[in-house]
Amino acid sequence: MLQILTPSGDLVAEAPLDLDMTTRLYRALVFARAYDRKSTALQKQGRLATYAPFEGQEAAQVGSAAALNPDDWLVGTYRDAAAMWMQGYPLDLLFAGRTGDERGGSPPEPINVMPPSITVGGHMVHAVGLAWAERLQGSDRVAITYFGDGATSEGDFHEAMNFAGVFDVGCVFFCQNNGWAISMPRESQTASETIAQKAIAYGMPGIQVDGNDLFAVFSATRDAVLRARLGEGPTLIEAMTYRLGPHTTADDPSRYRTEDESAEWRRKDPLERVRIYLSERDRWSEEWQAEIEAQASAEVEEAVAAAEALDPPGVAGVFDAMFADLPPILAEQRRMAEEAE
Amino acid sequence: MAELTYRDAVAYGIAQEMRRDPNLVMLGEDIAGAGGVFKTTVGLLDEFGPARIRDTPISEQAILGAAMGAAMTGIPVIAEIMFSDFIAVCFDLLANEMAKSAYMTGGQLSVPVVVRTANGGGSRFGAQHSQSVENWCMMIPGLKVVAPSTPADVVGLMAASIRDPDPVVFFEHKSLFASKGEIPEGEIVDELGTARVVREGTDCTIAALALMVPRALEAADRLADEGISAEVIDVRSLVPLDTKTVLASVEKTSRLYTVEENPRLCGWGAEVASIVADEAFWDLDGPIVRITTPHIPLPAAEALEDMAIPSVDRIYETVSKTIG
Ligand SMILES: Cc1ncc(C[n+]2csc(CCOP(=O)(O)OP(=O)(O)O)c2C)c(N)n1
Repeated sequence: MLQILTPSGDLVAEAPLDLDMTTRLYRALVFARAYDRKSTALQKQGRLATYAPFEGQEAAQVGSAAALNPDDWLVGTYRDAAAMWMQGYPLDLLFAGRTGDERGGSPPEPINVMPPSITVGGHMVHAVGLAWAERLQGSDRVAITYFGDGATSEGDFHEAMNFAGVFDVGCVFFCQNNGWAISMPRESQTASETIAQKAIAYGMPGIQVDGNDLFAVFSATRDAVLRARLGEGPTLIEAMTYRLGPHTTADDPSRYRTEDESAEWRRKDPLERVRIYLSERDRWSEEWQAEIEAQASAEVEEAVAAAEALDPPGVAGVFDAMFADLPPILAEQRRMAEEAE
Repeated sequence: MAELTYRDAVAYGIAQEMRRDPNLVMLGEDIAGAGGVFKTTVGLLDEFGPARIRDTPISEQAILGAAMGAAMTGIPVIAEIMFSDFIAVCFDLLANEMAKSAYMTGGQLSVPVVVRTANGGGSRFGAQHSQSVENWCMMIPGLKVVAPSTPADVVGLMAASIRDPDPVVFFEHKSLFASKGEIPEGEIVDELGTARVVREGTDCTIAALALMVPRALEAADRLADEGISAEVIDVRSLVPLDTKTVLASVEKTSRLYTVEENPRLCGWGAEVASIVADEAFWDLDGPIVRITTPHIPLPAAEALEDMAIPSVDRIYETVSKTIG
């Protein structure tokens, strides 16, 4: 397992990022955590639909997305809001999407981030198609797809990996192995020792990294993205991390796992080790922490307010978004639905 | 008589059959220790153990494939597909494998599998987790399709489905899980292919399924206040379809309404309407009216989802306006 920054903040290999960039990404980690906690709070107040928190996985998402070009494709899941935001997805649209407003699923040009897939697995195959089409069009844009350990049990994962290998496309498969898929531990998901090793079967490199280590995640993703961009084919990255919270706001993890286990992972917090690292290099202070937390909280509040200020979505919009041209048989239903509104 | 929720009735019904038949096994995602994401299988692991209540990887195709393989050795198998939307993920196993096996082996290899799945809207889960897909299954020759609306029917139809030698897709409605009802004492075994008249009436017939049944009943109460006597039929089973009960009712009332949660085009009510138009045309006093979800992906937004799925208001108003 690749590790560069240990949980206690010690470097065990050369840092892949300079101090300025590390500082920027630390801010992003703090921001991501603020977004995530705010989302859970809003859900509890009934202002968001069911929410899938990613606390504990911030470095995996921020570190990997930081290795992308702004116009690279990102295809993720319900738990990947931090990666989506890093890749330019507007925060207010993220919130809008989570209130059930489908307009949250259409980011402005030129953001190449797909709305999250809620069906486990299907989206990985799209990433292969995106990467393939970019190659067909002579572009060096790459696609990254995020998924969990559980998703590797779906046929889609295997078909996507196999296709990517055969088509030799610029696709990065980024697995956040957070230990759990709802109530199922990783060991019950696959008899393989690692998920990374599955890459061998599909003829591509696979690497396991400490997913709570910003540097390791960044470094491995940067290498994979470079390979993809140079036309050298796909890569599978397995980021070892942990979902500290519930599967979703509707889940109670005490039904299937122990407090001890999560406490153990709290000690490997992805933010804390970067904080120590920066602090030891005089790039961190309590005042600055308070300042960036306040900024994060203000930005998140602003985005929530913007999302909540949108006019409620109308029923006509559902029909109008469905096809480029509404078939006549549906026009009548649209009229009836509008009448009922 | 005990009162149970629809949710608890699922485990109750499965337990009844597991006690009776030691060969019966169940597999699915998060069904064992977690008791199911909808808590419909709570307690089963404790009573029947991990060999019979088997958690699986997130592999819907393998869930149905393994269930089918096991069932072909002669043991009955219950396979859970967590959300009915994911039937699409494993449709080949359902539509091309299970449904065709008996036919393609000259009746030798029947597949006693019950595919249980949480169906329907009302939970704000959006387009990929809220669909009513009973019509997807109804259209496949070789599949039976059941969708109970009450806790007692959950238990009785579950038993009937498990004892049936053919593959049955058993739709549990997410928005009914919290509803309650009486469960008779003793073993309960119902019969597939039987609809039930749940309210007698003389002016019109309202045929409904699953969540639409309590809504149709409430609408019928309001229609009664206006002097319209509506007969409500809980269709319960789409394959086999109890056309006799529907036709007998239409003969009496001369008016037919269907209330369907599935999207409009090719909804189950279209089949019912076509049968009634064929066989009871001269009994009808007016056009058959289908009250359905529009033909749209189900929106996640609360107000839009409520508007899309037939409501008590919509049923009441439609009948009241059109009955003439
Ligand atoms: C095809 C399909 N099967 C099952 C589900 C239900 N489900 C939603 S999330 C989930 C667990 C996914 O686990 P993993 O891929 O490890 O990602 P994580 O949620 O841990 O981030 C399951 C089983 C689904 N949404 N889609």
